[in-house]
Amino acid sequence: MAAVQTERVIVTLASQLQPVRRLRSPLLRALLWLAVVGGVGGVLIAREVGLAIFLQRLAVPRVAVEDVAIALTAITAVIAAFELSVPGHSPRWALLPVLPLLSWVSASGLGCLRNGLSLQRADGFAGESPHCFAFIAGASVPLGLGLFWMLRRARPIAPLPVAALGTLGVAASAAFMLQFFHPFDVTVIDLALHLSAVGLVVLVGTVWRRPLLAAA
Amino acid sequence: MRAAQSGDRTAYERLLSEISPLIRALVRRHCSNRADIEEMVQDTLLTVHRVRHTYDPSRPFCPWLAAIAWRRSIDALRRRIRVSRYETPEQGVYETFSDAAANSDLEGVRSAEEVEQLLQLLPPRQRQALQSLKLKEMTLAEASVASGQSVAALKVNTHRALKTLRGLLEGRKR
Repeated sequence: MAAVQTERVIVTLASQLQPVRRLRSPLLRALLWLAVVGGVGGVLIAREVGLAIFLQRLAVPRVAVEDVAIALTAITAVIAAFELSVPGHSPRWALLPVLPLLSWVSASGLGCLRNGLSLQRADGFAGESPHCFAFIAGASVPLGLGLFWMLRRARPIAPLPVAALGTLGVAASAAFMLQFFHPFDVTVIDLALHLSAVGLVVLVGTVWRRPLLAAA
Repeated sequence: MRAAQSGDRTAYERLLSEISPLIRALVRRHCSNRADIEEMVQDTLLTVHRVRHTYDPSRPFCPWLAAIAWRRSIDALRRRIRVSRYETPEQGVYETFSDAAANSDLEGVRSAEEVEQLLQLLPPRQRQALQSLKLKEMTLAEASVASGQSVAALKVNTHRALKTLRGLLEGRKR
């Protein structure tokens, strides 16, 4: 009886078949999103802020490592999210952003240690941290909407890792953009708020993963 | 599958018929109940239909199909564990007793008009799920094809619809 029902389902599905546009390669789509974000973000930053602060900070090796790690976290997490959105791709893609993420946290943590784990910088300034939190959380909204708009085309069958990695990529992209507005070294509060903002973005994205990703 | 992506219905029907035994063998690793296996097979076929645009002909077909079957089996098992944890089948709910007062509230609703009125009060997706599964007696797979809702969503919406109806009936009784 049940097998007969399966036959009916097959006939129904075949009778409703419409031609579909094949999805492009996940890597290509990930690079497209990264290129758009890099292009638009780059133009906005060049016009509004300039590169002087960023280049000045890059001269410090630890900060350079931290910034490269943030950028790599964003790139690898977005690529992994696109790869995992398509059935049959290895779940090991989820491990791709692990190393850059650890490098990011380690380099920032080292900065905190160098600052003596104080809650504020040597000059006593500690007032920007909430702005950093707001920047990462706020910038993640348009970035995330764009990313989910592209990811939902795949209708992921396992939306949790796709949403988690996608939002990690989005939050890391926002954190990287923040580096252009962040002319001072990290304190413990900075690091905690940066990571809290990233965690919040990942949490929101994973909680709303089904409607956002139109999971199949 | 390449032909199916281009809209070839004959090729698609042949493909779905040929992969059904393979899907059945894959889901049998997770489940031994024949009815559940068949439901998982149908759910997998529906998912194949929904995500057929994601198949890349330059890559092997079987890992793509196996990933879908595996995911749907896991989803079904999780659903079953969740249901068995929070719900207990009530054997007497569908029985009708000679003493009218002993009958449940749901059976107290006699007229089709009254049922129709209550259905109109439900959110659209819940109403659609209840009508497809309980009134038109469609299978989950058929209801999913007809409504565009996933099998899991249909089950959830039917459960919620019954709960909402129960609340509405209690409200009327008061």
